[in-house]
Amino acid sequence: MATVTTKAAPAVGDDKELLISGSEAVAEALALADLDVVTAYPIRPYDTVMQAIAKKIANGQLVAEYIVAEGEHSQFEIVKHASTVGARVFCGSSGVGWMYAMECLVVTPPLRVPMVALVGNRALDDPGAFGVEHNDALVVRDLGWMLCWIDTSQEALDTTLIAYRVAEDRRVFLPLAISADGAFLTHSQALTLVPPKEKVDRFLPRYDRGDLLLHPDNPITVAPQANEDWVIEIRRQNDEAMKRATTVIEEAYADFRRVFGRGPENPWFEEYMLDDAEIVLVGMGTISLPMKVAIREMRSQGQKVGLLRLRWFRPFPTEKLVAAVSKAQAIGVVDRDYSFGSPFNSGVVANEIRAALYNADRRPPLLSFICGLGGREVTLEDVKKATDMCYAAAKAGKAEARTHWLGVRE
Amino acid sequence: MAETTFGNATQVLEPFRGIKKVTLEEYFTSGHRTCQGCESALVMKLMVKAAGPRTIVLGSTGCMYVANTTYYTTPWVVPWMHTQLGSSGSAALGTAAGLKVLMRKGKMKSEPINVIAFCGDGGGADMGVGAISATLTHKEYNSLILLYDNESYANTDIQLSGMTPYGANTTFSPPGKVKRLIHTRWKKNMAGMMAAGHPECRYVATVCASYAVDMMNKVRRALTIGGPTFIHSLDPCPKGWDYDPMLSHELGELAIETGLFPLYEIEDGVLKFYGKTKAIVDGRARKPVREYLLKQGRFAHFTEEDLGYFQAKVDEMWDRWEIPGVIPFKRLDAARAALDVK
Repeated sequence: MATVTTKAAPAVGDDKELLISGSEAVAEALALADLDVVTAYPIRPYDTVMQAIAKKIANGQLVAEYIVAEGEHSQFEIVKHASTVGARVFCGSSGVGWMYAMECLVVTPPLRVPMVALVGNRALDDPGAFGVEHNDALVVRDLGWMLCWIDTSQEALDTTLIAYRVAEDRRVFLPLAISADGAFLTHSQALTLVPPKEKVDRFLPRYDRGDLLLHPDNPITVAPQANEDWVIEIRRQNDEAMKRATTVIEEAYADFRRVFGRGPENPWFEEYMLDDAEIVLVGMGTISLPMKVAIREMRSQGQKVGLLRLRWFRPFPTEKLVAAVSKAQAIGVVDRDYSFGSPFNSGVVANEIRAALYNADRRPPLLSFICGLGGREVTLEDVKKATDMCYAAAKAGKAEARTHWLGVRE
Repeated sequence: MAETTFGNATQVLEPFRGIKKVTLEEYFTSGHRTCQGCESALVMKLMVKAAGPRTIVLGSTGCMYVANTTYYTTPWVVPWMHTQLGSSGSAALGTAAGLKVLMRKGKMKSEPINVIAFCGDGGGADMGVGAISATLTHKEYNSLILLYDNESYANTDIQLSGMTPYGANTTFSPPGKVKRLIHTRWKKNMAGMMAAGHPECRYVATVCASYAVDMMNKVRRALTIGGPTFIHSLDPCPKGWDYDPMLSHELGELAIETGLFPLYEIEDGVLKFYGKTKAIVDGRARKPVREYLLKQGRFAHFTEEDLGYFQAKVDEMWDRWEIPGVIPFKRLDAARAALDVK
């Protein structure tokens, strides 16, 4: 019998319940985390989080330096430097704004700055588009940023607290970007449990930069010219930190459940009706909603379909994901992004999963789909069509070496 | 909610009364590998000597990053951190904001810590001018941005910047058989622009390391007065300007004596000229710019016509500008005369 492993969060004692959007939920978490420095610059849709933080500061619910920068490049650079003197920092952007900050995003991981950022996923215009695509956040996937995707306001709040716990762990000290689908999550309200500060204090220790603190009492030189003498060793240190993050993330979720009495047992992905699934669909973010509805309908007609909603993309949960999908008869990966000219012209997630499966003992046919770009709605018909193609591939024992675009005018 | 005033407190750094009163301690020492005759390295040394040990220095990309901070041989005795080419403004702002909030919230021992971010002319006047401008409007954060201007992208092989003088030979503006002058833009007026454009920036000054005590005292004033401040330093560069390294000091003097680079400060909107510049304002004759230009190989291709054009532009700074050498609006009397003619 298939089981639903994520349940509505039970109200625990002294939590209060608020009707808030994903962006507002992140702002609630930031106030609880006693944020020190935040920099804002307007671009839709992520900027709703900066509006929510500004209100919190104006109303005395948070004491922090709130700096409105003159562009995203400065926005990310300012908090990078604030973090090096010991401040807990927050930043964020969307779409081309994130790209405008690119130089500063690149240097943050090797500087071991545990910045937490919100990416309100947005298409990379031109042409003009406010809607969701995941290419903005994914552009840093090779650079040492931890990346995760969230689905609900509750997950937004919880993941923000977990993000600081993980990023600021001395074993990690890497930046972390939380991705929230533009409009679908940044602007959509849902009932959300907000814990009291005492609980958060039990879960989240103070940021301690230790011997990397830039201060006259610790007169270090940061980021000198290293060149070929040392750069490869520094890259290797980044690589080791990202590997250690896997353990730290699992510890953080376990501790989160202990302190707050909720949260998933499996940090890496949500398993929706996966236990007996013949067809496993994979997606990230709010695409889970049409997928879950379609899956329930298909199950009522006897088709055993399940959803694996990937939360963590970096570090990538290779072994756990392979174990979860390799027993299926076919896998359908639905990307809300593109990677033009890539193998099979697939999206980024599909090719990552193909690579992860390469050494698996059992490799089911994998179909890649691109869907919902620019914020286009993903329909139940899209999901059912993808599932039918997966069943056909399962029957044939192999998938076509191509990518299927769903819901697109041909 | 009442803010603690301590968050904005600065160190009180009294001016040095003469070269013999300057402190002996150095905070920029051996370990760098700048060129012989490098004035910018001297600027770094004097800047941090003036600031003292309770200082954080941020350096944007440029010669003073690349040549100064080889891993394991840093010359910086004070904490130092690299920032991106166009980020001196953001580095100063972020560092100052971080320190301020941590002290305000009791997470760090309260004390005034100097924050200095330096940039070259490329990083400051070209790529980073927007971030510097933004920082100069954030009056609640104490920081000094020092622009060391050697008039080219000197670290990457001497390419022209927005601060390279008219007509100069750089690797992006080589004189050729058909075009003698490739670079025909006049240099930006950075200090005047920063002062005029940021009404709440309390201190803007120009300096030249040929006048070391004046330079250090302006750094001390900028750090003491509080809020965001800006200093523009003109630094002769043997490699970029193509002259014998022994002439660095003399070329700095000539830049002032010809009136090409005026020495001044603007504190709370009040302008004050210094040294040889003050003498020029008071009526002393300026030396001809050819004495300055012809000592440098980057102007070796200049004809009499080019020298005449250059001199005429400098004359205009002093004879036609509303505030000579500082603000390039035409004098009101000159403007009125023009209207009368119509």
